[in-house]
Amino acid sequence: MENLIALLVGAPLLGAAVLLCGGRRLDKVGHWVGTLLAAASFAIGLALFADMLGKSADDRALHQRLYTWIPVEGFQADIAFQLDQLSMTFVLLISGVGTLIHVYSIGYMEHDERRRRFFGYLNLFVAAMLLLVLADNYLLLYFGWEGVGLASYLLIGFWQHKPSAATAAKKAFLVNRVGDMGLSIAIMIMFTTFGTFTFGPVLAATGEASEGTLTAIGLMLLLAACGKSAQVPLQSWLGDAMEGPTPVSALIHAATMVTAGVYLIVRSADIFNAAPDAQTVVVVVGAVTLLFGAIVGCAKDDIKKALAGSTMSQIGYMILAAGLGPIGYVFAIMHLVTHGFFKAGLFLGAGSVMHGMNDEVDMRRYGGLRKYMPVTFVTFGLGYLAIIGFPGLSGFFSKDMIIEAAFAKGGTQGWILGSVTLLGAAITAYYMTRVMLMTFFGEKRWQADAEGHEPHPHESPKSMTIPMILLAFGSVFAGGIFGVGDRFVHWLEPVTGYAHGHPPISAAAVTSATVAVMVIGVGLAYLQYGRRPVPVVAPRGSLLTRAARRDLLQDDFNHAVFVRGGTHLTRSLVYVDHSLVDGVVNGTAASVGGLSGRLRKLQNGYARSYAVSMFGGTAVLIAATLLMRAV
Amino acid sequence: MSEINAGFPLLTVTAAVPAVGAILTAAVPAARRTAAKWLALLVSLATLVLAAVVFVRFEPGGDRYQLTESHAWIKDFGVRYELGVDGIGVALIALTALLIPFIVLAGWHDADPLETSSKRWRPTQGFFALILMVEAMVILSFEATDVFLFYVLFEAMLIPMYFLIGGFGDRAHAGSDENAAAQRSYAAVKFLLYNLVGGLIMLAAVIGLYVVAGNFSLTEIAEARANGTLDMATNTERLLFLGFFFAFAVKAPLWPLHTWLPNAMGEATAPVAVLITAVVDKVGTFAMLRFCLGLFPEASQWATPAIIVLALISIVYGALVAVGQRDIKRLVAYASISHFGFIVLGIFAMTSQGQSGATLYMVNHGISTAALMLVAGFLISRRGSRLIADYGGVQKVAPVLAGTFLIGGLATLSLPGLAPFVSEFLVLVGTYARYPVAGVIATTGIVLAALYTLVLYQRTMTGPVKEEVRSLPDLRARELAVAVPLIAVLIFLGVFPKPLTDVVNPAVRHTMSDVQQTDPQPAIQTVEAAK
Amino acid sequence: MNPVNYLYLAALLFTIGAAGVLIRRNAIVVFMCVELMLNACNLAFVAFSRMHGNLDGQIIAFFTMVVAAAEVVVGLAIIVSVFRARHSASVDDASLMKL
Repeated sequence: MENLIALLVGAPLLGAAVLLCGGRRLDKVGHWVGTLLAAASFAIGLALFADMLGKSADDRALHQRLYTWIPVEGFQADIAFQLDQLSMTFVLLISGVGTLIHVYSIGYMEHDERRRRFFGYLNLFVAAMLLLVLADNYLLLYFGWEGVGLASYLLIGFWQHKPSAATAAKKAFLVNRVGDMGLSIAIMIMFTTFGTFTFGPVLAATGEASEGTLTAIGLMLLLAACGKSAQVPLQSWLGDAMEGPTPVSALIHAATMVTAGVYLIVRSADIFNAAPDAQTVVVVVGAVTLLFGAIVGCAKDDIKKALAGSTMSQIGYMILAAGLGPIGYVFAIMHLVTHGFFKAGLFLGAGSVMHGMNDEVDMRRYGGLRKYMPVTFVTFGLGYLAIIGFPGLSGFFSKDMIIEAAFAKGGTQGWILGSVTLLGAAITAYYMTRVMLMTFFGEKRWQADAEGHEPHPHESPKSMTIPMILLAFGSVFAGGIFGVGDRFVHWLEPVTGYAHGHPPISAAAVTSATVAVMVIGVGLAYLQYGRRPVPVVAPRGSLLTRAARRDLLQDDFNHAVFVRGGTHLTRSLVYVDHSLVDGVVNGTAASVGGLSGRLRKLQNGYARSYAVSMFGGTAVLIAATLLMRAV
Repeated sequence: MSEINAGFPLLTVTAAVPAVGAILTAAVPAARRTAAKWLALLVSLATLVLAAVVFVRFEPGGDRYQLTESHAWIKDFGVRYELGVDGIGVALIALTALLIPFIVLAGWHDADPLETSSKRWRPTQGFFALILMVEAMVILSFEATDVFLFYVLFEAMLIPMYFLIGGFGDRAHAGSDENAAAQRSYAAVKFLLYNLVGGLIMLAAVIGLYVVAGNFSLTEIAEARANGTLDMATNTERLLFLGFFFAFAVKAPLWPLHTWLPNAMGEATAPVAVLITAVVDKVGTFAMLRFCLGLFPEASQWATPAIIVLALISIVYGALVAVGQRDIKRLVAYASISHFGFIVLGIFAMTSQGQSGATLYMVNHGISTAALMLVAGFLISRRGSRLIADYGGVQKVAPVLAGTFLIGGLATLSLPGLAPFVSEFLVLVGTYARYPVAGVIATTGIVLAALYTLVLYQRTMTGPVKEEVRSLPDLRARELAVAVPLIAVLIFLGVFPKPLTDVVNPAVRHTMSDVQQTDPQPAIQTVEAAK
Repeated sequence: MNPVNYLYLAALLFTIGAAGVLIRRNAIVVFMCVELMLNACNLAFVAFSRMHGNLDGQIIAFFTMVVAAAEVVVGLAIIVSVFRARHSASVDDASLMKL
């Protein structure tokens, strides 16, 4: 069976190669090729899953070694895969959701003349993401890590003719590169400490390394995770990334790629377990981001940016859970999977709405769409209920577990984290209800655009609604399937380890609190957006609202410090290079030239002056000889 | 020494074929321009075949220097015509021979005479003959194991390069023809003067070495130094080292001796710019490995801290200045300065990973710069401008050109999967193992590389289509024949660098024992490291 | 008389000659001054010959005389032809060889 692992990556990679090199000949069939190969990857994944279920829990990991990638003295990097329960979970999520989104894109991108290339990029993404989760060492993981970064860059900037899209793509890549720096430094530290960066030996040897080293590795890994998973302080790219086509936002910037940071931390569990300081930082980053994203999500009128804020916030939950240690790893991954379902569904729903509304993204110009788009409404609604944690739906199970684990951290920390997660749940309920109400309820608020086209909202084609329906199923049932009987815990426990946390208050109390804050959030949003008509032009809002609309001024900070400062720095360096570094050399050349100009004047052509110099020279020579003799 | 090849002077022939080809190309009559081009292409391909034979014949497990040849040259001074290749030389000969056909192909029309010029004027013949001449000298300098022979080639190479830069400028120049000619001759003279000064100092060191050692043979001197029969006073060794290093640092080029490169690359045609940075400059870094470390191991270690600082400055400074450039070719030149910083860093980190990485870096940087620069040259020749601001939205009109340009750019920013990643990561790891702080500082280079590359791509290729670029054609067959194989090599070496590392590793092992260094051992022995 | 006095005289003559070469502009005078310097040397040679008691100095003095005679022939010829061409015997006028 293990020989199939390479095919998981290989199938979509082949698709990318064929579609990107194939040229216009493939324009007609390109999207089918792409979808088919993504589906093939999913099918192989299912086969491997079935095989894995047949084995005992401790014997499920598979390895496949293809060849030595970089053989250099003392440095062995292999192209080798490792498929254990954790990777399996990701493989099914990536290829499953990925395939659905391929199908959705067939309809969504139907009128785009570059659809073939779009599918090529999507396949490239799936291949790179699978490589990321299947790698058996950190360097190969890094390969996939940058590969998904590239795919994300290409897809965000897919509509390159829009300057905003091109800028957003560049920004995403650059911010991610800052994170990647962390990952490469982490690998360097591992190499000098352990002499290897293969998961097995590194994680097995963490016991022998000093805590300082492990903390350093942990913090560097966290930096990487922050970049990829859009966590504070490297979160600024995610909102802009919504410039990409909506299926991209659903697949890459909601369900899969942005969760890679969580994967990285959970994969490196042994390192974090032995470095409590690093764990604390992880938790803080998660907690800050979860509130940050939620607040931003409340203020955005662009439906995709509101959802992007939500994504950030939900990943904050996962990072927080991952920072809690063995009591949280499993729930981080569980929330990751359920989030993959409902957030992808929500984004596809948003895409469907935009599809019917002439690509309008401003929610203030929606309203009352439930009548026009019933399927979208129902699937979006189910995703909505799932994300706010409506009892019984998938988000309820996973989020509740994280909140419990946060309380179970113990001590003051536990109380703070628990309260933050509860507050986050309330805000989540608030902003999601806001999105729901502004989009599907109330009066219609759309108008004709400048050219006189009035949108005619309509339901999307089957190729788009079917993936939405399937994802809605996932949003409803996944939590129950995973949560009931601790099935998910037992599944992942051999890889990540598990310790049952004991919150200071009873689990039932936590659950009731969760439901209560959710109801409060929904209620507040209803009072504000359900009872009153939504103004088409956004009101000025409070200071916080205005700051939140601008991503809590984080971008302004980046712009002022890094962009402006960097521009000045490069400009002055260009100047220095031209006038100083080059100037010193040119100055030397000029002074040699000047000196020779002076010396040239001695050659005046007068025989007598030559005679003087000869005479003087002779006199000096004789004097010197005599002096030397005298001495 | 090696039996397999006793008798047949393979190395001489590999260098002689392009040299003879250069003379023949130069002799083609004025009217038969096209014939001269084809002749040059054929000769460069023949050289590629010979280089491939050298690559295959070379046995990684065998002697340090293989395929050796040795003949007396100037008996009175003990100068010999001594050739031999180690793995590093083999890799760089392969790089040179690989790139020249693409340079010839990319420069197909760069030296066509203008309508107005005289019928007897033969610029085309001269252009291709000079390129082949440079190839011959570069290959021979990678083969030379006699210090004097190497010195002669190191200097002689300047002559054809001078004419290539000064005589065949980029026709896409803002401003008048006269201004362009002035800029060009400024660049050519600057190139020549910088390198001559370096060479002069090296000459002094070469003579000094002769005075101390009594002969010019690299192998003999190194052996005598290793077994203690040749003792150098500490100061003598340091001075000689500095003399050699200065010349190589000018050529490499290392900050602050780099300012000739942007001028030369900016004014020369794109293929010649590639010839400068991807081929000729490699002689500098190659010589650091072979001569500086081989002849003066103690002095190398003495100078290491200072050189590492200079390399770090080159990396960060080159990248930052690249961000601020308005001219596409100058941007690539500064990017190269940053990359040369990585190469020097890898060499002087004195670890196996660093030195293997540096050697791979030389090869990979050559290929990736060639891909980026040649495609940029195609773009520039279409629009007739080197200024970034004159472009915009090219992606829409010429998607294949934009795609190949992007891949060249991604290689420049060391994306995993493309060859430069392997070498850059090895250099970083190798540096970190001995100098953690330097390793971390160098890592910022990967962010800055992304910055200048993506800014360049965004400004030229994306956004609304500018009026002036609306009618640009996409890549033609000849241009595809340049871009596609280079990209294929980049991908191949990115996922399977083993053929290269196999020949490079033993050579690095020898260099490491030259400088009497062993790799720092990991703090903790893991299961895998033990086996 | 003490032979050293001859040396003083020789030095004096040489200095007068050298000063004349450097200061005077007329080619004929310069030429005569050169002759004066040569003869100062001759005098010194003869004086040395006397002081050391061997004939080497006198022999060299003869050589010098021969060379001086040859030099007069060539030098005067050059001066005459320069004077014919430029109608001046000033050495400063003949400064065409400068850059």
